[in-house]
This record gives sequence, C-alpha cells and structure tokens, in this order.
Amino acid sequence: MKLVTAIVKPFKVEDVKSALETLGVLGLTVSEVRGYGRQKGHTEVYRGAEYTVDLVPKVRIEVLVDDLDAEKVVETVAESARTGKIGDGKVWVTPVDSVVRVRTGERGADAL
Amino acid sequence: MEIDTGDTAWILMASALVLLMTPGLAFFYGGLARAKSVLNMMMMSFVSIGVVTILWVLYGYSLAFGSDIGSGLLGNLDKVGMQGTLDQVSGTLPELTFSSFQLMFAIITVALISGAIADRAKFGGWVLFVILWATVVYFPVAHWVFAFDDGDGGWIADRLQALDFAGGTAVHVNAGAAALALTFILGKRVNWPRDPGRPHNVPFVLLGAALLWFGWFGFNAGSAVAANGLSAIAFMNTQVATAAAALAWIGVERLRNGHATAVGFASGAVAGLVAITPSCAAVNPMGAIVVGLVAGGACAFAVSFKYKGGYDDSLDVVGVHLVGGIIGSLIIGLLATDTVTGGPEGLFYGGGLSLLGKQAVAVLAVGGYSFVLTLVIGFIVDKTIGFRISRDDELQGIDETTHAETAYDNSGGSVGSYTPADANARQGVTA
Repeated sequence: MKLVTAIVKPFKVEDVKSALETLGVLGLTVSEVRGYGRQKGHTEVYRGAEYTVDLVPKVRIEVLVDDLDAEKVVETVAESARTGKIGDGKVWVTPVDSVVRVRTGERGADAL
Repeated sequence: MEIDTGDTAWILMASALVLLMTPGLAFFYGGLARAKSVLNMMMMSFVSIGVVTILWVLYGYSLAFGSDIGSGLLGNLDKVGMQGTLDQVSGTLPELTFSSFQLMFAIITVALISGAIADRAKFGGWVLFVILWATVVYFPVAHWVFAFDDGDGGWIADRLQALDFAGGTAVHVNAGAAALALTFILGKRVNWPRDPGRPHNVPFVLLGAALLWFGWFGFNAGSAVAANGLSAIAFMNTQVATAAAALAWIGVERLRNGHATAVGFASGAVAGLVAITPSCAAVNPMGAIVVGLVAGGACAFAVSFKYKGGYDDSLDVVGVHLVGGIIGSLIIGLLATDTVTGGPEGLFYGGGLSLLGKQAVAVLAVGGYSFVLTLVIGFIVDKTIGFRISRDDELQGIDETTHAETAYDNSGGSVGSYTPADANARQGVTA
C-alpha cells in the first residue's frame, strides 16, 4: 500500500476531489496547511509598509491506495491541481506498512 | 437670546453623532491593531467615554467654558458640577445642549491619542493619563480655541482670532502632539520596527472609518452651533474634502506601491476629515477639494516618517492627526474666502499673510503646549503607577494578560472547562 500526499492550491481542492472520485478513490483526508516552496510567499502593503507573507496557505490531500493504483492517482492529482503557474504544489508517494479499519478491524488492502 | 428649537434639535442630534465617533475610532484603531490586542485598543477609547464624561460634569466644562480668569488661558470654577447651567441659554441653545456637544469633543480628543501606544500601555496607567491629560491639557486648550465671549474668551479664538472652526488645533494638533510625546515615554514595542504589526481586521478599519465619517458631520456642521447656512457649508465641505483625501491617498499608493488598498482609502478619508475640521467654515467647496487632496496626499507619505524617526507611533496618530491638523489649520491662511468666513481672507484671496501668521501661532501654541505637558504627565504616570506592561505580557498579548479576555475563540470550541462565577451555581453544574 502507498500513501499519496499532495500539497495543492486551496482553490484547486474541489477539482482534485472530483477527479479522484471519477477515478474511483473512495476516501481522502484534507487539511489546511501553510508553507512555501520556490514561490517564497507574497507581499502585502499596509500604509506604505511592506509585509512579506512567507508561509502561504495550501491544502494537503492524503490518499491511501493500493500499490497498483498509486501511479494513476499521482497523475490524476497532478493534472487536476495544475494551473501552470508558480506555487502549484507537489505530490509524493510513501510506502505504508499496515492499515487497520477501525470499525471492523480489517487489515491491509481490505481496509482501504 | 431665546432658545431656537431648530438649532437645539440639530445640536442634540450632532452631539450624539460626535459621541458615535469614539466607538467608530475604537473600530478603526481596533482593526489596525493586532488580534491579541484589539480589545485593549478598543477599551482605551471606550474607557475615555466613561472617564471624561465624569470629569466634564465635575469641573471640565467649567474650566473650558466658565468665565475667563484673565488673558484667555482658562475658565473659572463657577460652573463646577454644572451648577447654574440647568436653566441657562447659550446662544440659541439650552446651555446643557452646548455643554453636552462640547463634552463629546473632549472624549474623542483623548481617545485619539491611544492609537500611538498600541499593544503596550498599562490600562491603569492609561486611565490615570486620561484624567491628568484632560484636566491639564484638553480643558485649557478647549478654552483657548472654543470659548467665545465678545473678546473676553479664549485667547486663540477671541483675542488672536485665528480660525479653527471645529478643532483642527484643539483636537487634532493637540492629540497628535500628545501622541508623539507618549511614544517617547512608552518606547517602542518589542520587535518594532522589524515587525510593525499588520492590521488584523481590515473590515473593522472600514467600519470604523465609516462611523467616523458619519459622526464627523455632527462634529463639523454641528460646530456652527446652529442649523443655518454656515452648517450647510461645513457639511458640504466635510464631504468634499474627505472624498478628495481618500482618493488622493489611494492615488499615492497606486503610484508608489502599485496597489490601491482598503486601509489606504480609510486612512485617506480620516486624513481628509481631520484637515477639513478647522477649515470647513473658511473655504468654499472648490477649496475643500484642495484641502482634501493636499491632506490625503501628504499624510500618505507622513505615516512613514516614524520609521525614519524611530518612534513607534503604532497606528499613525502623528502621521494622520498631527500632520493633517497642521495642514488643515495652516491652509486656512491660504484658502480662506470672505464669502464663507464673512471677513478674514487667505493669501490666495488677497488677504495677505496676516491670517496665515495667526494660524501658525495657534498651531505652534497648541502643539507645543500639548507636547511638553504630555511629556510631563507621561513621565509622572510612568514613575508612579507605571505606564508600560512587561515584555512577557506584551508578547503574550495585552488582551489576555491585562483584561483576561481575548477577542477571538480560535480553539474550535470544546477546549477547556468553565468555572461558574457564582459559587452557589457550582453545585448545579456538578450535580
């Protein structure tokens, strides 16, 4: 099993979610996060004083998938989150040792 | 003279409008402040309403508008406790109506100063400062500028005969100079200017500016102390100058920073209101456009002086009220027209330099007196009960450490537990 983690622009979350639904992904977790990459934040000006906002709002999407589905999920997320502009985010995949469905105690692929 | 019902109705209404400016100021300042100090910021305005109102009835009105003790410096104590005023007539108003109108000016003048000392002033120190400053600075200066008595009133109004219709000197130069002095007494905030503290709630800033703008019609048009042609001129000029100044400020921003901002529009509006305050019954509406453009444009730059000067005027009381007040007071010496003033004329209307000279004397006298006395009062407060909270309290947030409350619940709820304030109720909760 794999954990696909994506950092995307907040306004692209709906696009990513519906693309993953179309793909047949049954569940995902979304959290509001802040960070920066090469985009390095943005500047705001109040009464002539510039404030650099280093940590810009992003959304982290996490999806647990079977090994075979991982690549397709990564591609779908990347395509649906893309605007082509700086700050579009990243997607990465990490191996997962075990998964338990809390309600039933099912393990492994059955718990996905 | 007899009481005029129309005049009285208008000034009763105008008094309420001017009172509303102080809560408006609280929102304006509160929005500009940080989330962790917005309540303290707003409380400094609200507590001024409480304290100054009591002082006014006790002796403030008498010091400001009692018969002159000589030389136009101060009123006497004949009206202490409002005695002898209840059935009197002042102009065409009940004297109490005139007094309540003037009370609201005293309140907001003191409250204006608080913007310079955001995040870091002991609340008790502020309350003591309000008492001392209103007594030693505002009441005398109000007498100088607002007390007319056929040549025997305040020295600026009645003897020098400088023009200050609604308080460019008595309110704005006065509060602005005091604000500058207090920044030296209290010092910079921790981490200033590396972190100047961005406004935490810009909609509050706009709400506050809107309430100030609305209330200011009472301030300026009400200063005619009548419902007449002069109040009509003051009303129109107030609107025109404020609009021009707001546009000028965002114009400067657009050219300098590339973006017109909401905070800039609100700040420009206030700068325009400040500058038209003394001049609203001296210039015509075309002159008011000039007053607004000059004030809005100049104050947009003036708010940056503090970074060069190294004084932490947190919410720009100096850059907006001192600078705007000086501009509005001096520009009368250039743009005053006798079709509005009924006499004195400015340089551009052929009146020569004499009026400009009088205006400059008024500005220097009020500004200098306020600055020096505020240093003394601030020093006394600091050395007695203390004027600055501790570094740790400031970093944690003055709302929490001083007032034991916070403006916003960011916990998402259901975090922590409640202890009922009433001990008897506790059993009911645990049962």
